[in-house]
Amino acid sequence: MSAKIVTITSGKGGVGKTTAVANIAVALASEGLKVCCLDGDIGLRNLDVVMGLENRIVYDLVDVIEGRCRLRQAMIRDKRLPEMYLIPAAQTRDKSAVSPSDMVRLCEELRSEVDWVLIDSPAGIERGFRNAIAGADQVVIITNPEVSAVRDADRVIGLLEAEEKASPALIINRLNPFMVKNHDMLSAEDVLDLLAIELIGIVPEDENVIVGTNRGTPIALDPKSKAGQAFRNVAKRLLGQTVQFIDLDTQGTLWARIQRLTGTK
Amino acid sequence: MSSFLDRVSGRKRSAQNAKERLQLVLIHDRTDITAVELEALKDEILAAISRHVDIDPNAVQIDIERDGREQRLVADIPLRSVARRRTG
Repeated sequence: MSAKIVTITSGKGGVGKTTAVANIAVALASEGLKVCCLDGDIGLRNLDVVMGLENRIVYDLVDVIEGRCRLRQAMIRDKRLPEMYLIPAAQTRDKSAVSPSDMVRLCEELRSEVDWVLIDSPAGIERGFRNAIAGADQVVIITNPEVSAVRDADRVIGLLEAEEKASPALIINRLNPFMVKNHDMLSAEDVLDLLAIELIGIVPEDENVIVGTNRGTPIALDPKSKAGQAFRNVAKRLLGQTVQFIDLDTQGTLWARIQRLTGTK
Repeated sequence: MSSFLDRVSGRKRSAQNAKERLQLVLIHDRTDITAVELEALKDEILAAISRHVDIDPNAVQIDIERDGREQRLVADIPLRSVARRRTG
């Protein structure tokens, strides 16, 4: 096996990096692929709770790097999907416990274990971010259609350009189609025009994301969720498939509007 | 209804606001040139050009334009007609 290593980062915190990693991992694993998620946010770990695996942690990323356990011992296997794993971040250490070259070595070791490695980057542009991108083949930038998130995304894209990393791809998360329609939210086209990188996902705002996180069940497991569908489409695009962007048009047909008004859709 | 009122009152919707503000902020972030520095740069360019040719400083346009992820400094400097200048 020779895994593809993808890092999800954003600059700004709270735009949905961890949610995206959990959901894309679920979607890839549902396609029958062997996936390992890596929580790169040392000291502020969260991918474990979002994935619902917090009670099964024995070893973490820093344990692997410092040689206290073997790589496979730190890979927590998800019970819902047979080929999905998580390597949690250390909670009682800080980012200086790991260096970019440690991460490169770890990524190379993981490459022979699985098909896909998804790294959840911490917010910011310092050491933790540098660690998270060090071993990546591809970087995915996630942003919200909102001024501070777009500005920070642009900074990160600029830093990746300076590192001469391959051009990153973009996920626009938490887009509210009603606000866009009322011209009170940047549209996907606006964000794409500003950031000018390849788009691989538009995820609509969806309360089920919070419900899923409450339960530790990523919504990509829910076939009815629109955000879940959007994340499954991101996974397909990462696999090189051409998938239409889902129609987020709020106008729709009269029938669709009636369904919405009566709450039947 | 609110969009109708906005059109009548001439108020811009906030998405347009966000986009225009971001366009300017990103240019400055990407080039590390502040608005003040850009003004100083324009003045120096104008001074240098007017030492060689006759220009109307009020007709000059110098700005940073965005093209995808690239920025360029674009100058439009109309030259005054030679016929108006004294000969000999």
